[in-house]
Amino acid sequence: MRRALTAAQALVTVLMSLFLLVPTLMSMAAGVTDNYFRGWRSGFTLRWLAQVWDLYSDAIFLSLRIAVVTLLIVLVLGVPAAYALSRSGRRLARLVEGLLVLPVAVPGLASALGLLVVYGGVTAFRVSWWFIVVGHVIFTLPFMVRSVAAVCRSQDLKTLEEGAASLGAGFAQRFASVVLPNIRSGILAGALTVVTLSIGEFNLTWMLHTPLTKTLPVGLADAYASMRLEVGSAYTLVFFVMIVPLLVWMQTIGRHEKGAVR
Amino acid sequence: MKLDTVGIQLERCAKTYGRATRVLEPLDLGVVAGETLVLLGPSGCGKTTLLRLIAGLERPDAGGAVRFGGRDVTAQPIEARGVGMVFQSYALFPNMTARENVAYGLRIRKLPATEIAARVDELLELTRMAAHGGKPIAALSGGQKQRIALARALAPRPRVLLLDEPLTALDAQLRESLRAEMNALLRGLGVTTVYVTHDQAEAMALGDRIVVMSAGRIEQIGAPRDIYHRPANARVAAFIGTMNRLDGEWREQALHCAGGRVPAAAGATPTDAIWFRPEDAEWVAAEDAALHGVVAAATFLGERTRLAVDGVGAQTVLVDVAGRAAPEVGARIGLRLRPEVWQHRID
Repeated sequence: MRRALTAAQALVTVLMSLFLLVPTLMSMAAGVTDNYFRGWRSGFTLRWLAQVWDLYSDAIFLSLRIAVVTLLIVLVLGVPAAYALSRSGRRLARLVEGLLVLPVAVPGLASALGLLVVYGGVTAFRVSWWFIVVGHVIFTLPFMVRSVAAVCRSQDLKTLEEGAASLGAGFAQRFASVVLPNIRSGILAGALTVVTLSIGEFNLTWMLHTPLTKTLPVGLADAYASMRLEVGSAYTLVFFVMIVPLLVWMQTIGRHEKGAVR
Repeated sequence: MKLDTVGIQLERCAKTYGRATRVLEPLDLGVVAGETLVLLGPSGCGKTTLLRLIAGLERPDAGGAVRFGGRDVTAQPIEARGVGMVFQSYALFPNMTARENVAYGLRIRKLPATEIAARVDELLELTRMAAHGGKPIAALSGGQKQRIALARALAPRPRVLLLDEPLTALDAQLRESLRAEMNALLRGLGVTTVYVTHDQAEAMALGDRIVVMSAGRIEQIGAPRDIYHRPANARVAAFIGTMNRLDGEWREQALHCAGGRVPAAAGATPTDAIWFRPEDAEWVAAEDAALHGVVAAATFLGERTRLAVDGVGAQTVLVDVAGRAAPEVGARIGLRLRPEVWQHRID
């Protein structure tokens, strides 16, 4: 009975995984197939990948640049904010934290419209990639704040800081030597989320981009809409090759951190 | 190791949170340089708040002043006061090893590395933690954490040592052995120490003087023996040890009560109530006694048996019987009170 149950569970897991994986794998395979409609018999080629690289390498580098800059800004704004919010017991702090989550609940299109209405007239800003960075910061900041605030609340930072103060440490010293190292796991988890979200963000970015500030997902939509299916699929392959190692790398750091803390 | 130390004076120190929550009534208190002063009281009595005022973690309400050796430190934050503090939860930094924790205060002071190493070694030796310096905090036992917390507080040579229930988190046996160790260490250092606890045995064992607090007020200040044998009022008497109250009627140089009479000691003044501790009553043969009661319950405590005796006065009284023999529950027993009980005058 028990064995049958285990087998059934395994079967369901395998079927579910296949359901999700097969389209992904098919799409990636299409990217290296000479002619998708004729199938694999038409032979494999790296032609489409080269074409993607020629057409969209700028978008790839721009996406990376935007993700890194977004992460830096979110770190500078989000970590102190999360620390301050978690330390304050006031009702206002909870209200602010609630408001911070709003950009996640509001559709990206709406946030983008807001930005366009207010700053659309400032042309230099509107056409620069910084415009997209601002959108990404608004969208990803709540994830950093939540992640860091949760770690701040999970330990008695107040007493740790009082301990450091009793040993002569001023605020800056306490923050650098006691607070930051003890909330590192939250910062790393937040950073992982921010980078992934920024690289993959489409809704908001699609509204904010110009032909000169195309990011990876916008380029992907573009490729599927205007090129051969093989090119779009090759694009998907590039996307995976870029983002999967990043995810694995940050996950490993996260797990390592958790192990060290326990 | 000997530390340069200072006395502490608190003047009209009160603490109010928000608009109306007063946790500490205005009080004056002096701590003599080099003494160990214990703040004792039930939870919520304001003892930790008082300690935090001394530490600089809280500011007294307007009008209050804290002085270290005559110098006003009221406006100084804790990092400028030169205090060493041990927290109830130890507050050890989990991102550092035991050794790095002890070195923290020295690194903040930017001492040369060789000096830091020598000082940390000395303290690990002093607290018998030399073998565990390299361990992360999570790998230490409760008792070891407590020692590291103490070593860390002492490392920067504090002028004043503040301990907030440092032994509360430990189990009873370890608490007792660490208490003895800490006592020897504090005596050796000669540093002014303020020690907060709700454990009266700890207070008795460690304090040169004890401050008994309740509801944000100081009830009594005195040496442990004074507090125990001459409690200032019923609240102190009730909190320190166990105290029986025997009500009766004063006539013919004796207190007459339900269980018989207690003849007055020489020089006793007339009273209609006397107070006595369980060890102040003696179990004697019923026919030899002027005071009787019936054993309602008997609790064997090892070196003694505690009896709950009914019918002596209006309330059940507790009586300790030392040694192996003890009366049965339901037995009618005789009691004799020591003459010293006539010295307890409580209003």
